[in-house]
Amino acid sequence: MLSPADITEMQPPMRSGSGRSAFCRAAGLSLAALARLLSGASVRWIASQPDTCQRVYFANHTSHLDALVVWASLPQTIREVTRPVAAKDYWSRGLIRRWLAEEVFDAILIDRTDIKVHQSPVDMMLREAGTSHSLIVFPEGGRSVSGEVAEFKSGLYYLAKKRPDIELIPVHIDNLNRVLPRGEFLPVPLLSCISFGPPLWLERGEAKLDFLARARRAVLSLKE
Amino acid sequence: MNDNRTIALVAGVLALLTAATVVGQFLKRHPDRGLDPAAVRTFNNRLRGWWILCTVLAAAFWLGTTATVVLFGLVSFWALREFITLTPTRKGDHRALFWVFFLFTPLHYVLVGVNRYDVFSVFLPVYATLFVLARVAFAGDYKRFLERTAKIQAGLVVCVYCLSFAPALLQIPIDATSTAGRSGNFRLLFFLILLVQFADCMQYVWSRMLGQHLVAPAVSSNRTWEGLLGSATSTALLAAALWWAAPPFQLWQATIAGLVVALMGFAGGMTMSAIKRDRGVKDYGTLVVGHGGVLDRIDSMCFAAPVFYHITLLVTGVQPG
Repeated sequence: MLSPADITEMQPPMRSGSGRSAFCRAAGLSLAALARLLSGASVRWIASQPDTCQRVYFANHTSHLDALVVWASLPQTIREVTRPVAAKDYWSRGLIRRWLAEEVFDAILIDRTDIKVHQSPVDMMLREAGTSHSLIVFPEGGRSVSGEVAEFKSGLYYLAKKRPDIELIPVHIDNLNRVLPRGEFLPVPLLSCISFGPPLWLERGEAKLDFLARARRAVLSLKE
Repeated sequence: MNDNRTIALVAGVLALLTAATVVGQFLKRHPDRGLDPAAVRTFNNRLRGWWILCTVLAAAFWLGTTATVVLFGLVSFWALREFITLTPTRKGDHRALFWVFFLFTPLHYVLVGVNRYDVFSVFLPVYATLFVLARVAFAGDYKRFLERTAKIQAGLVVCVYCLSFAPALLQIPIDATSTAGRSGNFRLLFFLILLVQFADCMQYVWSRMLGQHLVAPAVSSNRTWEGLLGSATSTALLAAALWWAAPPFQLWQATIAGLVVALMGFAGGMTMSAIKRDRGVKDYGTLVVGHGGVLDRIDSMCFAAPVFYHITLLVTGVQPG
């Protein structure tokens, strides 16, 4: 567990919100509108409310659009303090993608090929999140091919263990894999559905695998 | 559009909607009248839908033919979205679907807009069909090939092709000699929309009042033969009463058009119910929570529009395009 002193030490340089240029904010607004229009996303909050408190949104991963659409589904005030965690190998390729990731939705890019013991992704995420930012994570680690939700990787558990004060919000993404399937680059404008569920926390003494299974069930239960 | 018949039609519709709104609000405030509150709520919701429909149509009509064609194009696009969303597709269909949404649908409406009947009447049923078949084959996934391509085709024909005959009514030269020009066409289109909505409504009312014999219980639990007959009769009567508003028609022709519109609308509703039942859903979309989807609203229109269009061609005797 972290002491409050550690947390203040972890304050990231101010990058989001007021720190970004007006152009990037306008780009963010139009990008969010475009993403919602194209993905036809209907957003449901099931036994849950939008809030600017620090949270980790964890979702099933089906498409490259996931991070963008979940981010776009949040109300604008929450979007300002929410940073998607995305794969560096995809989002830093090409000028537009890199600009979008770095300037517009202020993503935290994780290098999946170069994970070190001392520089673990979880530490990096927590450092970047500081005391005010929320995160969007995909605990499956990659996009599922079959459409089934794969077992969760342990990152979510360590996030919950290191910062027990953060609310973990399960998110279920439905149908987005048909809008932009793996290996395609042109979207088909079908209708998708993003469901946000009630927050959960790591229980005292809960084993890693139990917690991960419970978190995965929380996502699946939003499927109806 | 400043001729007497248009003014009469607009005034009549406004008066009817206002009266219905007053009644609806009265019933809502006096729940003790012994009426089912759920039915009153449905009635008021429907009414709100009609106000929106009439406002949007009035705006589009005022802006002209192109705006109206674009409006119907957008409705088609959204309905097709709902249709394909509910239809299971495989990854091999993805690229065919991309072209269906972003090339074939817009291009079809462009052809309608520039009044090329000779091209748009075959563009989707022939060329889009051939394209979809070939593109899915090229994608290399042969599993349930005919089933998958047929679904995409059905979506295109119902949501895009059939619906586009409604705005295509604006292009039929009804009264070449008269100076009223286009206003007759707009009245004709509004006449069709009014009949379709009325037939839907009457089907519901007659089924509720007299419904005994379900047409197909497994498909729809509220569509009855009594509803079908009642709706066909009432719609034919309404069409007869309003025949003066639809320029090319004689009294008896308008009556028959009303009858056919009601029958086709009913068939459209049955068809969409069958598809929804097969997919295990109640409504096509969640655009507005609790209001069903766009496709739920236009299913009758999709079936009635092409038939009404061709009846108009028969009656006027003009060559389209």
